[in-house]
Amino acid sequence: MIDTNVHLFQWPFRRLTGDTPAELVAQLKSKGVRQAWAGSFEALFCRDVAGVNLRLAAACRDQGADFLVPFGVVNPKSPDWEEDLRRCHEVHRMPGIRLYPSYHRYELTDLDFVKLLTLATSRRLIVQIALSMEDPRTQYQWMMAMPADPKPLGPLVAKLPALKLVLLNGGYWAGNDDPDIVALRKAENVYFDMAKNEGIGGLESLIAATSPDRVVFGSFYPFFYFESALLKVREADLTGNQSAALTEGNARRLLASA
Amino acid sequence: MKGLTAGLVAARMPISAQEPAVSAPAEKNFRIWDVHSHLGAMPGDTPEGRLELLIRHMDRLGIERVILSQGFEQYEYHATPEQIRIENDRVMRAVKLFPDRAYGSLYINPENVEFCLEEFDRCVRDGPMVNIGEIETDVRCNSPNLDPIVEKAIEFHVPICQHTWINSLGDGPGESSPFDMAELARRHPKGKFVCMHTGGNWEIGIRAIRDCENVWAEIAGSDPTSGFTEMAVRELGAERVVYGSDVGGRSFGSQVGKVLGANIADAAKELILSGNLRRLLQPVLQAKGLAS
Repeated sequence: MIDTNVHLFQWPFRRLTGDTPAELVAQLKSKGVRQAWAGSFEALFCRDVAGVNLRLAAACRDQGADFLVPFGVVNPKSPDWEEDLRRCHEVHRMPGIRLYPSYHRYELTDLDFVKLLTLATSRRLIVQIALSMEDPRTQYQWMMAMPADPKPLGPLVAKLPALKLVLLNGGYWAGNDDPDIVALRKAENVYFDMAKNEGIGGLESLIAATSPDRVVFGSFYPFFYFESALLKVREADLTGNQSAALTEGNARRLLASA
Repeated sequence: MKGLTAGLVAARMPISAQEPAVSAPAEKNFRIWDVHSHLGAMPGDTPEGRLELLIRHMDRLGIERVILSQGFEQYEYHATPEQIRIENDRVMRAVKLFPDRAYGSLYINPENVEFCLEEFDRCVRDGPMVNIGEIETDVRCNSPNLDPIVEKAIEFHVPICQHTWINSLGDGPGESSPFDMAELARRHPKGKFVCMHTGGNWEIGIRAIRDCENVWAEIAGSDPTSGFTEMAVRELGAERVVYGSDVGGRSFGSQVGKVLGANIADAAKELILSGNLRRLLQPVLQAKGLAS
């Protein structure tokens, strides 16, 4: 199993089981995870994102080769963010980056964001966008971060066919007939994680609305209970091939292309 | 009907005999009763068909029984007596077909107390239902309107399940909070109350009901945020925490994961997943000659 959506270190508002790298790795391995793509909770509020990425890369390295795969943060509204992108790629040898538009306060129409996607594409980096983190209904009222609106990505991904995009924590993709969302679901270079996908038949609907080849396993551990993702897969009416693609095959193929 | 029955027999094969999509958590087989399920947000034209679909999902996770209430159609606010009667009839139809997998729970709108009491008599006293709720957002539950309903529930040993939220984006009109729930429970120390969602903002909700021994924290219908179950057990004791899912808007899996993934003892998981609910319902089930 490959988990494409885990975070290292401490969530700013709560201590979590698994919020030290060693504990997280032990927990994931005990559940049958063979590789986890890791961002850092520090990315949300720390302005020194170069330091965040340094610590992320070191922690992943310290936990043994090839288990934790670091996805560094780049904030396109921060000065000289292009250097952060270069370091992620050339210094830390990361296969991709993870973006937090809700916390870094930019829309997905922002020109700096578009430039970042373009440069990441030219470097053949995977781009993960965390469309949300915590449910707004349970956030601290004086530190609200509303989910990012993914609609602008529809036309954008059509212009960047070589981009490899993974949308994390997007939740409910089926049933939205907005043309830009439909285009996004159908784009061959866009992948969807299932951490916030819910409902009776929710996972089956997500796969039907997108593609069996482009839905990837994501637990959002340790913010979410890992078992919640695992049991959603077990609850779903999937074929063996669909389950294998979801839990490992799609992510492995995507990573190999980076 | 034969096809339906055959399908369910197949679906109810032991979990170990099925092909799991992924390896199951290394957990013992717990009995699981779900206090919080609806027939909304899923395909199917009939209550029976939708419950059959739910049962297929239940079987993949070993869930034994659900407590089923309103929601086939969505009446977010101010459901009329006619709408309420139809919803309760739908639940009773579905439960009648699958009596070993679901118990019915009474839907009421406390804006109309007289109708609530009539509907209680029809569906609980004289009918198959064993529970009240989920009471939704028509009237905040600290209203005196609830008092005669609670007295009736106490008389028939029926628990009351009340929707609660503390929404950072603002509560809906008539939406109850765990603070309202605690207020009602203090007025009725002999009543048994289940605080549905525990306010969503569970770190606040758990504290709001902490000193009310007759209020149980229910964990359904919010993201599977790590720490919820552990804090509830730490602050209330495992005896006062109840599993629910809030399907069909939520998945069984995401919500069961809140218990199976929690860093608590297996004995506590047993209580949360079914022991506490079966104990809560035991008097009314016994009075009706139903299984617990």
